[in-house]
Amino acid sequence: MQPDWPAEIHRELAAAGVTVVGYVPDAGHKRLIELCQQDKSMRAVPLTTEEEGIGLVAGAWLGGHKSVLLMQSSGVGNLVNVLGMIKVCRFPLVMIVTMRGEQGEFNPWQVPMGENTARVLDTMSVAVRQAGDPQTVAAHVHTAIGLAYETQGAQAVLIAQRVIGIKSFQEQRDQ
Amino acid sequence: MMLRRRDVVSELLKNRGDLLVVAGLGSTAWDITAAGDAPLSFPMWGAMGQAAMIGLGLALAQPRRRVLVVTGDGEMLMGIGSLATIGVQQPQNLTVVVIDNERYGETGMQRTHTADGVDLAAVAEACRFKNALTATKDVAAVRELIYKTPGPNFAAVKVADDKLPLVLPPKDGVLLKARFRRALLGESADVLPEER
Repeated sequence: MQPDWPAEIHRELAAAGVTVVGYVPDAGHKRLIELCQQDKSMRAVPLTTEEEGIGLVAGAWLGGHKSVLLMQSSGVGNLVNVLGMIKVCRFPLVMIVTMRGEQGEFNPWQVPMGENTARVLDTMSVAVRQAGDPQTVAAHVHTAIGLAYETQGAQAVLIAQRVIGIKSFQEQRDQ
Repeated sequence: MMLRRRDVVSELLKNRGDLLVVAGLGSTAWDITAAGDAPLSFPMWGAMGQAAMIGLGLALAQPRRRVLVVTGDGEMLMGIGSLATIGVQQPQNLTVVVIDNERYGETGMQRTHTADGVDLAAVAEACRFKNALTATKDVAAVRELIYKTPGPNFAAVKVADDKLPLVLPPKDGVLLKARFRRALLGESADVLPEER
């Protein structure tokens, strides 16, 4: 039986005291976004672009609150310059990224960013943790939150496309 | 007589009390520093377009404190979507003030979109800011927004395109972050969460 990894991530966020959840929607994050929206201890903040999440995270931490960002791999490409602020100020950052452009991809326009997501993050000094199967997702999120807030670092968990398991536009729309 | 940016920002920050201040990179960071550097000011040196979002994160984390974002028209235009994001969240304690000289002041005074009539206050109003105004003659109404009126509030203050001497804040990002958190949260902010 597959673990309910979105619910496990939500439990990790709640246990760590995350109060602000910034997101740009992705089909792979649909259930986790809903769980965060329903959780009264969390403020789910929809963003017009992933870049806004970096400002949101920085402001929340200046105010003493923990946060997390949810996005799709293509959104990582929107972050490059503003990740510089995370590095020079050593703001804690936790990003949970659902991958596209991998196994089962049906849209060629998703591939260039999907193939380079980890490299872009690494280039901008964000530590990358690859969650390649459903059993390991929650453990990676747990580690990422711990390291981000205990060592004031930037952490990203990449959830592989095979974990999400969407193989066509129709499946995505039917989520 | 056009308003002058340093006079405007000094007036807005006069007797600021426990106001939390974020300033966008470039001229507005120099303006708040000319008015008096303070631990509860976070002047940015980069991350163009993110000043208003830092203000939102801070306003959500500290709902009992008033938060002011003071930034330039070029910086606001780069993060224009953040006005829509703020409009959805409706933080009552947040005011965004754009010091609008209609120029990119750090790069050779090129015209910004506001020089050709783009109306930032109208954008803010359309994004569901509770109050949005453009000030050209005095800033009494802007002070009222910052210190008293439930928000989210927005003001564009039209100013002359002066080239002024630089007044630089500290540029070490870790210092700016740490001094802000210590002043706001107390010395426990210096200690990582599990050690508290």
